[in-house]
Amino acid sequence: MSASPHEATPHGSTPCREGVPQQPGAVQDQPENPEAPGQLAPTPSQTIGPFYGYALPFPGGGDMAPAGHPDTVTLYGRVVDGAGEPVPDALLEFWQAGPDGSLRGAPGSLRRDPATGAVVGRDGVDFTGFGRVPTGVDGRYVLRTLPATAPASRPDAAPYIAVCVFARGLLHHLFTRIYFPEDAAAHATDPLLSRLPAHRARTLVARADGERRYRFDIRLQAADAGNGAAAGGEECEETVFLEFR
Amino acid sequence: MTPPSASVAPAPPAATAHADPAAAPATSPPGPEPQSAIDREIAALHTAAAHARTAGGPVPAHPGRDFAPYRSTRLRHPVQPLATIEALRDPEAVELAGPVFGGTDVTALDADLTRQHAGEPLGERITVTGRVRDRAGRPVRGQLVEIWQANAAGRYAHRSDRHPAPLDPNFTGVGRCLTDDAGRYTFTTVRPGAYPWRNHHNAWRPAHIHFSLFGTAFTQRLVTQMYFPGDPLFPYDPILASCTDPRARARLVCAYDPELARAEWSLGYRWDIVLDGPAVTWTEEDR
Repeated sequence: MSASPHEATPHGSTPCREGVPQQPGAVQDQPENPEAPGQLAPTPSQTIGPFYGYALPFPGGGDMAPAGHPDTVTLYGRVVDGAGEPVPDALLEFWQAGPDGSLRGAPGSLRRDPATGAVVGRDGVDFTGFGRVPTGVDGRYVLRTLPATAPASRPDAAPYIAVCVFARGLLHHLFTRIYFPEDAAAHATDPLLSRLPAHRARTLVARADGERRYRFDIRLQAADAGNGAAAGGEECEETVFLEFR
Repeated sequence: MTPPSASVAPAPPAATAHADPAAAPATSPPGPEPQSAIDREIAALHTAAAHARTAGGPVPAHPGRDFAPYRSTRLRHPVQPLATIEALRDPEAVELAGPVFGGTDVTALDADLTRQHAGEPLGERITVTGRVRDRAGRPVRGQLVEIWQANAAGRYAHRSDRHPAPLDPNFTGVGRCLTDDAGRYTFTTVRPGAYPWRNHHNAWRPAHIHFSLFGTAFTQRLVTQMYFPGDPLFPYDPILASCTDPRARARLVCAYDPELARAEWSLGYRWDIVLDGPAVTWTEEDR
């Protein structure tokens, strides 16, 4: 017996393809972007889904600092949804300037053993500037890295770590930033923080939590009375997310 | 014209769907919704988007994060507007540069998903290739492309995937490569199967390969899914439908390319990728 894969279609028994080509035939070599003439139209984002866990995370993904480096800081926190519940299937990526302020990065985050193919991790000499950490069942992530540094071209800027958030249920990743409480003076002139209301800017500053340890939570959606969590208060403020143009 | 009624189709046991606990949060009403309810929501959102386009409004290149037919978006999309960073006004932004990868990060075998085990995986062997470029058409050279996918039966090698389709001991479904000087990537794999999920009753994902891409800037980061031409599940899938512009959906579908097929060996598909987002303009000396 053949069970229908669907119970009804919006267009009767012959489903309309709604513009998705069934056999494009020719490759769309130069898709013009209608929004920006002369530019190619970007490939759309789609959710990372629930099953990236055996593909993208790698051993030592959160150990950005060279092993045993005395300046290493621990950054940890939770990713929570609009109900305040932990998000156990988010993937966080981190990108920061090197200790010398260089933004060139270095290869080797996923360094491999050529004999076995296994990921053997960073070599502990180069600071690659890149980290990748999946959240646990409790929504928590932990990153061990060097303190953020300002780019060499602007040494007086407020240092921060760039963060990219992926998750099941998130159709397009989100960017945010982690600033540090020691740099309050520089925050006053930071091009982003200085134009945010104080209660919003606060969501981008990690909280000191012991010696060389910081907490930074990411709330994907503001809590409101409609989704079960208590409204109001700093704990419920949605994290500021960024869009680059 | 009359579609089969719900009572004709046998209800699958709960275990046939992928474990996706938050797809049915405790606060949502119990009982699976029918495909027809999802279809109506998608049609309404697509009609609204078409009207906005006709009225000359902006055509979104990416899905909105609040796309209700994909139920898991409900508590996971920001409701506050995003803060805009203008690359031209803030050229020192850290995100205008990005991570780099190199020969130490991949091995030659990583791009062939059919050769990672002692035996050959089951399924239809395929080559997937294409070029990665930025919005200005410049090739993205030497950057990391990662893929993951279900096996030919529609099952991921992930412990949480409880779909009772067979695992394939000869297929993991993870690949990596670096783009070449023309921005080209190439993978050899098997065509993944469709699989059920718990967004609504009898929901099935069209066959797809997940892609993760890095550009020359962190702003150009992209995670997406590539679909196969001719899939009958397209009109019913809320994740593909989250691209409300039909041209945007078409950009997620690869093309069969007989030039890429290898006689008596494999079929070939081409899928070109364009990364969004600004970057600093590096000079040759910088790189």
